Amino acid sequence: MTYYLAVFMPLLGAFIAGFFGRAIGDRGAHIVTCMGVGIAALCSIPIFNEVALGGKDTIIPIATWLSSGTFEANWALRYDTLSSVMVMTVTCVSTLIHIYAVGYMHHDDSQPRFMAYLSLFTFAMLMLVTADNLVQLFFGWEGVGLVSYLLIGFWFKKPSACAAAIKAFVVNRVGDFGFLLGIFGVFFLFDAVNFDVVFQAAPSKADATVHFFSRDWHALTIICLLLFVGAMGKSAQLFLHTWLPDAMEGPTPVSALIHAATMVTAGVFLVARMSPLFELAPDALTVVTLIGACTAFFAATIGCVQNDIKRIIAYSTCSQLGYMFFACGVSAYQAGIFHLMTHAWFKALLFLSAGSVIHAMSDEQDIRRMGGIWKKIPFTYTVMWIGSLALAGIPFFAGYYSKDMILEVAYGAGTPVGRLAFILGIAAAFMTAFYSWRLLFLTFHGKPRADHHTMEHVHESPLIMTIPLAGLALGALFAGYLGHEVFIGEARAEFWREAIRVVEGRDAIEAGHHVPGWVVAAPLVVSFAGILLAYFLYIRRTDLPAKIAAAFPGVYEFLLNKWYFDELYDMIFTKNVFRFGKWFWKGGDTYIIDGYGPDGLSALVVRAAKRLGSVQSGYLYHYAFAMIVGIAIFVTWFVAGGAG
Amino acid sequence: MNALVAFLDDLPILSVITFLPIVGSLIILSIRGEETVVAQQSRQVALLVTGTTFLLSLVIWFGFDPSTAAFQFEEKVEWLPQYKIAYRMGVDGISMPFVLLSTFLMPICVLASWHAIDKMVREYMIAFLVLETMMVGMFCALDMVLFYVFFEGVLIPMFLIIGIWGGGRRVYSAFKFFLYTLTGSVLLLVAMLAMYIQAGTTDIPTLMATKFATDMQMWLWLGMFASFAVKVPMWPVHTWLPDAHVDAPTAGSVILAGVLLKMGGYGFLRLSMPLLPDASVYFTPMVYVLSIIAVIYTSLVALVQEDMKKLIAYSSVAHMGFVTIGIFTATKQGVEGAIFQMLSHGVVSGALFLCVGVVYDRLHTREISRYGGLVNNMPKYAFAFMIFMLASVGLPGTSGFVGEFLVLAGAFQVNTWVSLLAATGVVLGAAYMLYLYRRVVYGELTKDDVKAMLDLDTREIAIFAPIILAVMWMGVYPLPVLDVMSVSVDNLLEHYNAAAAAHKAASVPALADYVVALLK
Repeated sequence: MTYYLAVFMPLLGAFIAGFFGRAIGDRGAHIVTCMGVGIAALCSIPIFNEVALGGKDTIIPIATWLSSGTFEANWALRYDTLSSVMVMTVTCVSTLIHIYAVGYMHHDDSQPRFMAYLSLFTFAMLMLVTADNLVQLFFGWEGVGLVSYLLIGFWFKKPSACAAAIKAFVVNRVGDFGFLLGIFGVFFLFDAVNFDVVFQAAPSKADATVHFFSRDWHALTIICLLLFVGAMGKSAQLFLHTWLPDAMEGPTPVSALIHAATMVTAGVFLVARMSPLFELAPDALTVVTLIGACTAFFAATIGCVQNDIKRIIAYSTCSQLGYMFFACGVSAYQAGIFHLMTHAWFKALLFLSAGSVIHAMSDEQDIRRMGGIWKKIPFTYTVMWIGSLALAGIPFFAGYYSKDMILEVAYGAGTPVGRLAFILGIAAAFMTAFYSWRLLFLTFHGKPRADHHTMEHVHESPLIMTIPLAGLALGALFAGYLGHEVFIGEARAEFWREAIRVVEGRDAIEAGHHVPGWVVAAPLVVSFAGILLAYFLYIRRTDLPAKIAAAFPGVYEFLLNKWYFDELYDMIFTKNVFRFGKWFWKGGDTYIIDGYGPDGLSALVVRAAKRLGSVQSGYLYHYAFAMIVGIAIFVTWFVAGGAG
Repeated sequence: MNALVAFLDDLPILSVITFLPIVGSLIILSIRGEETVVAQQSRQVALLVTGTTFLLSLVIWFGFDPSTAAFQFEEKVEWLPQYKIAYRMGVDGISMPFVLLSTFLMPICVLASWHAIDKMVREYMIAFLVLETMMVGMFCALDMVLFYVFFEGVLIPMFLIIGIWGGGRRVYSAFKFFLYTLTGSVLLLVAMLAMYIQAGTTDIPTLMATKFATDMQMWLWLGMFASFAVKVPMWPVHTWLPDAHVDAPTAGSVILAGVLLKMGGYGFLRLSMPLLPDASVYFTPMVYVLSIIAVIYTSLVALVQEDMKKLIAYSSVAHMGFVTIGIFTATKQGVEGAIFQMLSHGVVSGALFLCVGVVYDRLHTREISRYGGLVNNMPKYAFAFMIFMLASVGLPGTSGFVGEFLVLAGAFQVNTWVSLLAATGVVLGAAYMLYLYRRVVYGELTKDDVKAMLDLDTREIAIFAPIILAVMWMGVYPLPVLDVMSVSVDNLLEHYNAAAAAHKAASVPALADYVVALLK
């Protein structure tokens, strides 16, 4: 029963709040939705105990969904270690965010709708992680995409919010395009989309080839790459990342829930879930490592110069997802998922405390217009420190266990891409610490830069917002310490069992435990260096940042404009799509097809008819003349014919 | 109860469903009185008759035996015995869902026209009832002559509906529609005559067992293709559709998109594939190419439309591109996906046209830029529109996903290029639908006349509620629908692939090579 409740309670909450929101009022909607996810979260803990720690994997079939020939996909709930970890993380973080949202959104006039969306999102995410086959996973995948669209566009009166919502959905669809083809590829190769069947058969298809795009390829490499395209879209990896920063148009709890803690990690989850296939496609894993490492670095560079408090955290998310991917890329899926779990806590914490800051600053989001408020909102200040310490991987905070592990496995993998990932990861770690403390110092320290009026209103958030913050802070403090033993420590084999499958003899985690001392120390050193640099630039010599920016205008502009990806895509895709649409419409349909088809023909007929019609002039002598000519021809033909 | 069951068993149910609407139209003819009274009573009678027809059609749904591919509820009466032409009706798993689709949409159309049509209501309702007879009859007909009569009969009421009750350039559009489809139909007639002369019968099940010479198949196939491709419509013979939709009244658009377009796809499945398998195999690449062009080209065109109805009309062409791909993959998933996509598209695009109708009734314009911010004053409308938009985009959990997914999965089995190129429609479809929704529904409410628009009334809710339920049901639990068609599709493919295998061994005539080269 708990297994059902954990997934379907949020749906029930969403349904009631969505359809009867007006009847039960704001208060009712709050209670219903918070209860829904709360119960799911309560159920998730015994499930985690039974399944992950107790070793009782279960699959609960619900109904057949699609069945066409040999193609069959079921509605089912699959609970193994991987999904029970995800269910627990998602429901717990989501519950805290629901409670926070009650406080954060209390001025808004469509709260039932908002709460319904949040719960619906949680449900879709749970369907995604408990899927038993690729198609149900795709259902959840698209479900979270849809709700993300709805939530980003929640303030639909703002044109920027609407644009961001469409962008998020369409860019994700580009990823889905690859994901779909990947699913078809799996079905083509295995004649099934069910995980158990596919994973069972995977080793026997290790050398299979597939005829794809007029060439023969290694089948599993192609399939894994296609699936990874989907993962890149959802997890905002390089090239398909452009939607994530814009998605910050949504209300802050949304950013925390969807764009930090859960949805964006779905791509990492997908790669981990499909580990039995990825393991057999080393080339695909190399690509995963490369893209992940590049994203980690690239997003961190942008994070260093942004000024919108939420966008900085958004780029930070992008960067951390890169870490998770390159962990998976070097076969350390466990480390990737571990970081996913700890990241969910501390990144949600960071977003929500940013929300608390925004709340205090009368909806100001630009850190250049903040400063000097740490005494006024000490609680928010404290938890933001905790979140940042966890993010930077300072010892004994959550991120320390997971992030350092990732860097160690990257080095330990011993491959060239592994080393590259390590170097880029170290560079990103330095920048992570730098931009986190830049944010902290600019937001909370120095002279107040906001106007007098705003400063008078700065106040600590109400309890309903601070209690969830405290809960998340606990996670950011202890999730790493509590989890590291089972996730990546000695107990890991017994903990993960069949949920993650690594090729025999390739134990990346073990290799990661045996790296040289300097590799272990490096992340720590660069993090402290990053913090010190931020301290120097934004507390000691506050005149320097502007000077540096002025000294390197090219670099600064390049980073500030996010490597010009938006402009590039706009030029290549958006503009041309509309241009081609116009051409096809005006040139193709109207001019060529209609012009030479029906309209042209009918014009021709009309012209011919007019010509013929003019014969009927009404003059008697015209007719008489025609008759004579006719008779002459007729007689000639008759005579000539008769003669012949 | 038992007596009722026995009575229904004895009833020639297909003929009853087919001709009940005609009876209804006779009743409407007999109404006497003042104009307003006649109008009101015509509406009521039409609703009653179409509603009853729908309820009766449920008998086939529940009485249908999905475990056999044979035609069921068969009726056969000698019609022109000296020419071996009979009145023969029956349904299998392929045609039965379409009968339901037609009868389901009809009462909705009558309701949708309740206030929107206020001149010549009696004639309008009669036209719709005759239209229903023709559509249902076409899906049930098992004799080629009968099929042709119904197939062409559909044109007349539709022509009148667009030409008389339409708007804008309605006469131009009506003629364009008529000429396009008639040109195709003439060629279909020629092909049918040729088959009749060759085989000496017009009985479709008998013809299925007849083997036509391969080179003859090529010409016959092209003749049929001319007719079905226009109906689907496939690129480049699609340009009648946007015009016809724009100028048709709302309910006319619903039927046009909902049922008429499906006649093309149904024709491929009922006639082209089983009767002319060699030619179908032969022309498959051409169909792929035209369909892929349809998907990409019309999606791009849809993106830049400024008229709501035109946008949805172009999206229909793109969606029907998936259907033709699916049919000609000749895989189980492809064909079932194509049928499912037709059913889903019938419901969803019909509903989208109804959505346009709702705002058109209030503001009398279809120009997208005249709207904006409707979610503020019409939340119920925004919700309904959202569901249909998502179904059109093919979101899992709605009916749109199932068909699209199965078609692409089927295409991947036979040709990865086709699957890849057609899958771009998934991205483009999302782009044009979301862009439409954003411009009409989202945004600030600024225009005064838009501010004054009222949300859905009870009648409109009664129209949308059953469609929403159907869309969700087909999306979450499509199994009953897939089950119904499964065995019939198996049967179709078994014959088709056997013939195709034999054809591969045989050589291909040079004549057809020439034609294909021309068409390519």
